[in-house]
Amino acid sequence: MTIKKAAAPRSPVTPRLVEPTAWRHVDLEVNGSTVSTEVESRLLLSDFLRERLALTGTHVGCEQGACGACTVLLDGRAVRSCLTLAAACTGREVRTIEGLAEDSLHPVQQAFHDHHGLQCGFCTPGFVMSITELHEREEPVSEDELMDQLCGNICRCTGYRGIERAARQSVRVATEGGADDE
Amino acid sequence: MSESTSTREATEAPRLVGQPIPRVEDDRLLRGQGRFVDDVTLPDALHIAFLRSPHAHARIRSLDTSAAESAPGVVAVYDGRSLLGVVEPLVNIEEVRVPPGLIEGVAPIVKIQPMPPLAHDEVNYVGQPMVMVVAESRYLAEDAVEEILVDYEPLPVVTDPERALDPDSPLALLEADDNVGLQAHISTGDMEAAIAGAHVVLEETFASQRYVPSPMETRGVVASIDPFSARLQMWSNTQTPHRVRDHVAHALGISTDDVTVTTPDVGGGFGQKGILIVEEILVPFAARDLGRTVRWQADRTENLVADTHAREQIHHLTIAADADGRLLGVRDRCITNMGCRNVVGLVVAYNALVHLTGPYRVPALDLELVGSLTNTMFTAPYRGAGRPEAAFAMERAMDRLAVRLGKDPAEVRRINLLTEEDMPYFSGLLDRRGLPQEIDTGDYVKMLDMVEEMIDFPTFREEQARLRGSGVHRGVGLGMYIEMSGLGPFESARATVLPSGTVRVSTGSPSQGQGHATSFVQVAADALDVPMDDIELVGGDTYNLQYGVGTIASRAMVTAGNAIDMACRELHTQIERAAAGLHGVAPEDVALQAGKVVVAGAASMTLAELVRALTRSPSDDPSAGLSAHAYFRPPNYATSSGLHAAVVEVDTATGATSILDYVVVHEAGNIVNPTIADGQILGGAVQGIGGALLEHLQYDANGQPTTATYMDYLMPTVETVPEIRLGEVFYPTPTNRLGVKGLGEGGAVGPQAAIANAVEDALRPHGVVVRSTPVNPDHIRRLLRESAAATTSGGE
Repeated sequence: MTIKKAAAPRSPVTPRLVEPTAWRHVDLEVNGSTVSTEVESRLLLSDFLRERLALTGTHVGCEQGACGACTVLLDGRAVRSCLTLAAACTGREVRTIEGLAEDSLHPVQQAFHDHHGLQCGFCTPGFVMSITELHEREEPVSEDELMDQLCGNICRCTGYRGIERAARQSVRVATEGGADDE
Repeated sequence: MSESTSTREATEAPRLVGQPIPRVEDDRLLRGQGRFVDDVTLPDALHIAFLRSPHAHARIRSLDTSAAESAPGVVAVYDGRSLLGVVEPLVNIEEVRVPPGLIEGVAPIVKIQPMPPLAHDEVNYVGQPMVMVVAESRYLAEDAVEEILVDYEPLPVVTDPERALDPDSPLALLEADDNVGLQAHISTGDMEAAIAGAHVVLEETFASQRYVPSPMETRGVVASIDPFSARLQMWSNTQTPHRVRDHVAHALGISTDDVTVTTPDVGGGFGQKGILIVEEILVPFAARDLGRTVRWQADRTENLVADTHAREQIHHLTIAADADGRLLGVRDRCITNMGCRNVVGLVVAYNALVHLTGPYRVPALDLELVGSLTNTMFTAPYRGAGRPEAAFAMERAMDRLAVRLGKDPAEVRRINLLTEEDMPYFSGLLDRRGLPQEIDTGDYVKMLDMVEEMIDFPTFREEQARLRGSGVHRGVGLGMYIEMSGLGPFESARATVLPSGTVRVSTGSPSQGQGHATSFVQVAADALDVPMDDIELVGGDTYNLQYGVGTIASRAMVTAGNAIDMACRELHTQIERAAAGLHGVAPEDVALQAGKVVVAGAASMTLAELVRALTRSPSDDPSAGLSAHAYFRPPNYATSSGLHAAVVEVDTATGATSILDYVVVHEAGNIVNPTIADGQILGGAVQGIGGALLEHLQYDANGQPTTATYMDYLMPTVETVPEIRLGEVFYPTPTNRLGVKGLGEGGAVGPQAAIANAVEDALRPHGVVVRSTPVNPDHIRRLLRESAAATTSGGE
C-alpha cells in the first residue's frame, strides 16, 4: 500500500473541481439576491447554500429527508434542501433563515425566543422555516396541518413544548369546525 | 410548593442567580448566525470519507485502494497498515482509569482493548473505519470509497451479551482472551440472612434496549495547521476539548502545547461527544500529514451505526422484603453489552450498580456486574449513563413487589424512601471515586407527597376501575431515581478584565446547548457585581485555558459554576485592591458596584478607565494584573433526584400507548436559571420517553444494524410528547458554595420506569409483566398474545 501525497504545490487559484457529473448553469434568487452560476448536476441545494453561498444557517442533520434541519422555502413552500438538487432550482426563489430577520427578529424567530423554543439551536432554522411557511399563509391553518408540519422536524434538546407554543403564537390556527375565516 | 433552605448569608443575597433570565445565545442562533463546526470555512479545505466494515466480524484478506487513489479529486488514501506505528491506537484514558479506592476495595477486572485508528487485520463491528479517503470534496471522497476492493473472510458473530458469556461462544474480538470486558462485585450487609428472613423473595429480570444519544448535529472535526506557528488547530464539537487535545497529541506523538482545540457552537452532545472516537485522531493526522486543512462531518448513518451506542443492559434481580414491603436486601447480576471493545471501563456499568437502589434504605446489597464484548458498536455514556437502566430495573421490581404483596406501589415506596433525617446517607458501597458512597441532601418522601398532590391517585383509581368496565385501559406508574452529580476531579475558570473593560470568563466546560453564556454569566455577574452585558464567556477552549475537564456527567454547573464563582469573587477583590492602591486609600473605601469602581471622595471609574490608569501608573503591587484563576474540586458528589409519574392509556387492539398526563418532581439544590433548568428537565424527559416508547437501535443475528436511518430509528416528535408538569423541591447541597447540584441527565432517567409501570398497571387485568423497553405496539401486542395463550392453556 502506497500513500499518495499532494505532491504538487497548490495553484494560486482553486481550479474548478473535477466532477464526474455534468455542470449546469442556474439562475435563481436567494434571499432577494440574484445568483447566476454553474453547479454540478448532483449538487444538493443544502450544499450549494452552505458551501458555495456561505449561507451556513441552513443545517444538515440527516441527508435523508427525515429530520427537517435543512428546511428552506422554495417559492414559499417548505422543502428539504438535502433532497433538492441545486440544478433544479433555476428560475426559482429560495429563502433561508438568513433572509428572515431585518434589524429585529422575524415574528417566528421572536416566538422561539419568547417560549424557550431552542437550546443548541441546530434544528432551529429548519423549524423556523417550516413554521414560517404557515405563518405567511393567508388562510387559517388547520390543527392537523400544523401538527403534520411540526412532525416533519426533529429536535433532540427541548422536548418540543416550547416549539409548539412558538408555532401557536406565530401561526393562525383554525378553530374547530374551520369557521375561523368567516 | 417548595421547601427552601439557603446556605447563603443574608448579606450576600444573589441578584441574578435564581432569575429566569432570557437566553443571550438565542438571537445569534435564531438568525442563522450560529457557528457550528461544519460552518468553519477555511480556503482549500479537504474532505474525508471512510470505508467502513460491512461485516460484523471478518478478517481482511486483502485490500486494494489503487483505483481510489487515482479517482478524481483524491489527494490521499490511508489504510490500516499505512498507519501502523504512525498513529497510536485509541484508549479513552480518563474514562478507563480505575481509582485507587476501587482497585483496593473492589478489585474489578477491567480489560481494555485499544481501538486501532483504522482496522488492518480484523474488523469486529459493522461501521468500523478501515480506509480514510481525503479528497477535494465530500462527493469526490465518497466516489473514491466506492472504488476500494476488499476481500473479507467472514468470522463467527455474537451480538447477544449473555450468549457472549457462554464458554462456547465465538470470540467477538480474536485478540481478546474471552468476551469479558469487565467484572466486579460489590456488597454490603448480609444478603443470605436477608433472604432467609424475608416474607417475600422476588426474582425478576429487566432489560433496557440499546438506543443512542443522536444529537441533531453529528460529530465533526476540522483540523488545520497554523501557517505561522505550524501548530495544530482543531475545531471539534467535543464535550471535552482538553481530553481531545491530550489524546490527539499522544496519538500523533506531538506535544500537547502544539495542539489547540476550540469548540464552536455545538448542536447537542448528550454524552456521545464526550467519548473520543478514532475519527477525532485521524482528521488531525491527515491535516499534519498533508499540510492542508482537513474536515470531516459524520453523516446520519455514520452517526447511528458508527458513533457511540448506549443503554443495553440486563438486570437479574432478587429482592427480599418483609410483609409490609420493607426492603431487606437486593441482589443484582447486571450484564452490560459493551460492544466491540471495552472503551469506557467501569463508567456505565458501575454507575448502574451504585444508583440501583438509590433513593431507598436497603440494609443488604449484593451486586455483580459483567461487561461483555459482542460484534456491535461500542456502548458509552448517554444522558444518565447507567442510571436509566438501573432505575428501570429497580422501579419495575418495586411495582412487582407491590403486586405480590397486594399493596399500593406508592406505599411500598414510601416506607423505603430516604428522608431528610437519613441524610447524609451512607449506602455501604464505594462510589465511582472509590470512596464511601454518601448522599448529601434530599427528602424523597417529600417528592412522593408532591406527586400525590399533583396527581389525585384515589380519583384516578376510581376512574380506572370504571373505564375498565368499558374496555378502556388506563394506568399510572412511578419512576424514582437519584443522580450523584458533579463529577470531579476539578474544573477551571479564569476571569480577566480586558482593555475594553469587558470581563472575559473562560472555563473548561463548553456548552452543547445548555445556555452557559447565560447561566454561567449570571453566576459571574453576581460574584463580580458587574452587569451581564459586560461579561463574555469562553467555554472549552484549550488556548484560553490550559487545564479543564468538560461538560459531562451533570457536572458543569457544579464544577465550572463554582470555579467561575471563585475566580470572579477573587477578581472582585483584586479590582477593589487595585483601585485602592491607585487612589492611595484603604480597600474598605473602594467598592465595585454594578460594574463601576466607586472610591470614597472620588468620581467613580469604569473598569476600562481603571485598567487604563493601572497600566500607566507605577505600582509595586504584583497582583494588579486584574486576572484571577480558580479550580473547583468537589469534595463529594452533590446528589440530585427526581420522581416521574406517567398516566397512560393503552389500546389493546393496536398496542399503542398514549400518555395522558406526565409529572416530574425534581430536586437539584439551588437553581441558577429556572427557565434553562426546566428546559433541561423537559428535554431529558422526552429523550427518556423516546427510550420508553420508540427508540431501539437493533442488530440482526448477523450483526447487521437494521435501524441505520431516521426512517427506521424512531425519534420522538412533537406528537409523542404530552404536556409535562414540573414540580420542584429544594435541598441546597453543602458540598459547594453555590449550593447547586447537576440536573442535565436526570430528566432522561425516570421515563422508562414510569411509563413501563403505567403500561403494566393499565394492562393489569391481562396479567402481563413488562420486562423490557421500548413498550411499543409490537411489544404490547406480544405481551397480550402471550397472556391470552397462558390463560387458555391454564397457566397463570
